[in-house]
Amino acid sequence: MGSASERLYNGLIKENPTFVLMLGMCPTMAVTTSGINAIGMGLSTTVVLILSNMVISLLRNIIPDKVRIPAFIVIIASFVTIVQMLMQGYLPSLYAALGIYIPLIVVNCIILGRAESWAYKNGVVSSAFDGIGMGLGFTFGLTCIGLVRELIGAGTLFGVTVMPSFYEPASIFIMAPGAFFVLACLVAVMNKLKDRAAVRAAAKGEEYKDPASCTKDCSTCGSGCGAKFYDNTEKVNTSDEKGGEA
Amino acid sequence: MSTLSQLLIIAIGSALVNNVVLSQFLGLCPFLGVSKKVETASGMGAAVIFVITLASAVAALIYKFILTPLDITYLQTIVFILVIAALVQFVEMFLKKAMPPLYEALGVYLPLITTNCAVLGVALTNVSKSYSILESVINGFATALGFTISIIILAGLREKMEYNDVPKAFQGMPIVLITAGLMAIAFCGFSGLI
Repeated sequence: MGSASERLYNGLIKENPTFVLMLGMCPTMAVTTSGINAIGMGLSTTVVLILSNMVISLLRNIIPDKVRIPAFIVIIASFVTIVQMLMQGYLPSLYAALGIYIPLIVVNCIILGRAESWAYKNGVVSSAFDGIGMGLGFTFGLTCIGLVRELIGAGTLFGVTVMPSFYEPASIFIMAPGAFFVLACLVAVMNKLKDRAAVRAAAKGEEYKDPASCTKDCSTCGSGCGAKFYDNTEKVNTSDEKGGEA
Repeated sequence: MSTLSQLLIIAIGSALVNNVVLSQFLGLCPFLGVSKKVETASGMGAAVIFVITLASAVAALIYKFILTPLDITYLQTIVFILVIAALVQFVEMFLKKAMPPLYEALGVYLPLITTNCAVLGVALTNVSKSYSILESVINGFATALGFTISIIILAGLREKMEYNDVPKAFQGMPIVLITAGLMAIAFCGFSGLI
């Protein structure tokens, strides 16, 4: 638990943030119009993730428990600002292409999620590798989606034309609706694989545990679904109804 | 001073043409998570309108009167995210004390909005387009209105889809995403408006 290679494997494959955990969907859909944009966004997020994980891990005994979330946000926002300024200075074209999504790395739930669930509880080296693994997993996921959209939508890969000349690019795939369709197919494939894994586990007599399943602990999840709130409100409503009947 | 027509163009542009969810992908989490019923969707929409309008006003004021005079505009991301988080907390406490009926209606949704990237996104867009304070408020309100329109439409569609026979792998999130994609195509039609 916590060794460097285990962390890398965990981030890239076992708990891949894009394909398995389905975290950080806003940037995933917004910037995957081409392979280059996807890699740029993935690597900037990786840099922020590694640095914020390391600093949070170093400060984990100093930060009081009650104000940890605001403290995390300040640390993350500082690194995002640094990355933003460096990118503006050295990679202006990528900066222009990614635009507002660079400062919005702050609210990417992967980063806050890793800070809360790993860096705040583990040592510096392990947290750094957790950041590398998760960041590269995110980059990998983004790049795959970006390449699919670029190939179908523009007939190119990383800007190089690969489709034969009679291929008419379906440009809807690099527009906003295409992002929704590609993501829908991706989730459907993941659902299929999960079903198969569940069947296989049942055949062995084990219980299948979905790594992305809702733990009802919204503080570490960050998906914004608010399951806890809705469960509670529904409970309140039903108990009211029962009370009314009684 | 901007004329009324300029303000109207900003409003239509951000509510329909550049719809915050369907073309900019901001605020996707509540859009997909809270759109099961029209009732909850409209509650979420109302809360988002309230918070985004207020947050863009406060962010614009802070940018103009604190960050610009002190020449520390590069701190905008840090300042905005903290201001928004504090503002949501404050609004929640204020509503609880001063307007209990409104708190009953919006209370559940308020904490969820802190993590909504649309709020920070609007504040940053206002700055990057160098809108005046009035324009920022209008832009914030219209963006949130666009969010509300699309989440209520999606919730209405999802209520009908409950009874449809969807292939097993596409049940749940995938079919919702496809519906959202079709809505995005429809909203592309608005791009001729401006």
